[in-house]
Amino acid sequence: MDRLELKNLYDDFRDPKTIKSFAKIIEEDAKKLKRDINIMEVCGGHTHTIMKYGLLQLLPENIDFIHGPGCPVCIMPKERIDHAYILSMQEDVILVTLGDMIKVPGSNGSLQKARSKGADVRFVYSPMDTLKIAKEHPDKKIIFFAIGFETTTPMTAALLDIVIKRDIKNIFFHINHVTVPEVMKELIDSRDVHVDSYNNQIDAFLGPSHVSVIAGSRIYEIFPKSYNRPVVVAGFEPVDVMEGISMIVKQFLQNRCELEIQYKRVVTFEGNIRAREMIDRYFEKRELFKWRGLGNIPKSALKLKDEYKKYDAEYIYKDILPLEEIEDHKLCICGDILRGMAKPTECTVFGTACKPENPIGSCMVSSEGACAAYYKYGNFLKQGKRNG
Amino acid sequence: MCLSIPSKVVEIDEEKNIAVVDTMGVKRKASLDLMQEGEVKEGDFVLLHIGFVMNKIDEEDAKESIKVYKEILEKMDFDG
Repeated sequence: MDRLELKNLYDDFRDPKTIKSFAKIIEEDAKKLKRDINIMEVCGGHTHTIMKYGLLQLLPENIDFIHGPGCPVCIMPKERIDHAYILSMQEDVILVTLGDMIKVPGSNGSLQKARSKGADVRFVYSPMDTLKIAKEHPDKKIIFFAIGFETTTPMTAALLDIVIKRDIKNIFFHINHVTVPEVMKELIDSRDVHVDSYNNQIDAFLGPSHVSVIAGSRIYEIFPKSYNRPVVVAGFEPVDVMEGISMIVKQFLQNRCELEIQYKRVVTFEGNIRAREMIDRYFEKRELFKWRGLGNIPKSALKLKDEYKKYDAEYIYKDILPLEEIEDHKLCICGDILRGMAKPTECTVFGTACKPENPIGSCMVSSEGACAAYYKYGNFLKQGKRNG
Repeated sequence: MCLSIPSKVVEIDEEKNIAVVDTMGVKRKASLDLMQEGEVKEGDFVLLHIGFVMNKIDEEDAKESIKVYKEILEKMDFDG
């Protein structure tokens, strides 16, 4: 190939023949494995690819997936959604957030519902759209409700950077950014607490694609070193995922336990240094953050540094934002699913009381959640070998 | 929500620090605030995420992957 065309970046990484060739390589290699391997794909983007392209069907019986917690709206606890709802109901507030948040239910309902009750909620494509809204409404307080993993955090930081530099007085932030390595640690560490499960063994991780573009593969170094879990950072296209799986299988065959990058065309060990600096300038770790379905995880989320308090809606509105924790729905087993202890199809409310249009549990909330992906693409599972 | 779109840079507005990118025929603007000054040039392949260029796509690495995939296919010699 002389010159790369844009369409190569799509077509060649979705090529059915290449996907099948990797399936064949994996099948041959897997025959030589001494035991079954459970791979956790941490990121919801990978879950989506795996289900959309039916990759589970292409894998041998002794390789299975545990669908991880890497869907930022799925793991958002109800109390945080309630914050968004309450803020949006303030008369002089316009709440701005990304489209992913539209349907996520809090205890009073979703932001869509808040809107139907008269709240001014704007769903935007980019945090930068907040600037235009603030300019058009100088009499209103514009609160950017920030969500997402490392991938999306620097964009919030870039918005704050502009707000400070231009001395914009009416933009504020409610920060809900979460971080990946801490929840990966939690999922391994909490394994001993949940020993009664039949399938909570994470043997290896398929590392997130775009979290790693920003943070660098360095954030996973600890897993092969201290947790004896290989990590392969893979891209989101189906060929990327299959090649990533193949690399993991080869590590087991060759008795290696390493951090490898499949997605070399964009991921480096150090990541995007400018973006990381931007994050470090404005954010610091929270002591604890509650993940829906998983509970409190130390140092797993970010907040604005104290010196930027005057932009922090959580601080400014602290008198009206409740801190009490809200229990997850009793019938929901999302916590078990996120820990790899159960498949979505084992949940009694899956596809009946809990559906994407009316989700009870976190994993049904976004198309990147394991339950929503099974619901949308999982028809084959009814006849298939992997029905729970 | 971490999905990003591979795109090609068609124009750079240095003053506004913005790139105009082509995403399979659709042109849109993207902020360059997360990239080093001068790092992104016309003709570069980049990843686009919620209105920002989040990184460059290394052309040589992409080509190398595609080359390896073609070699695997040839070796396997099956008609898929």
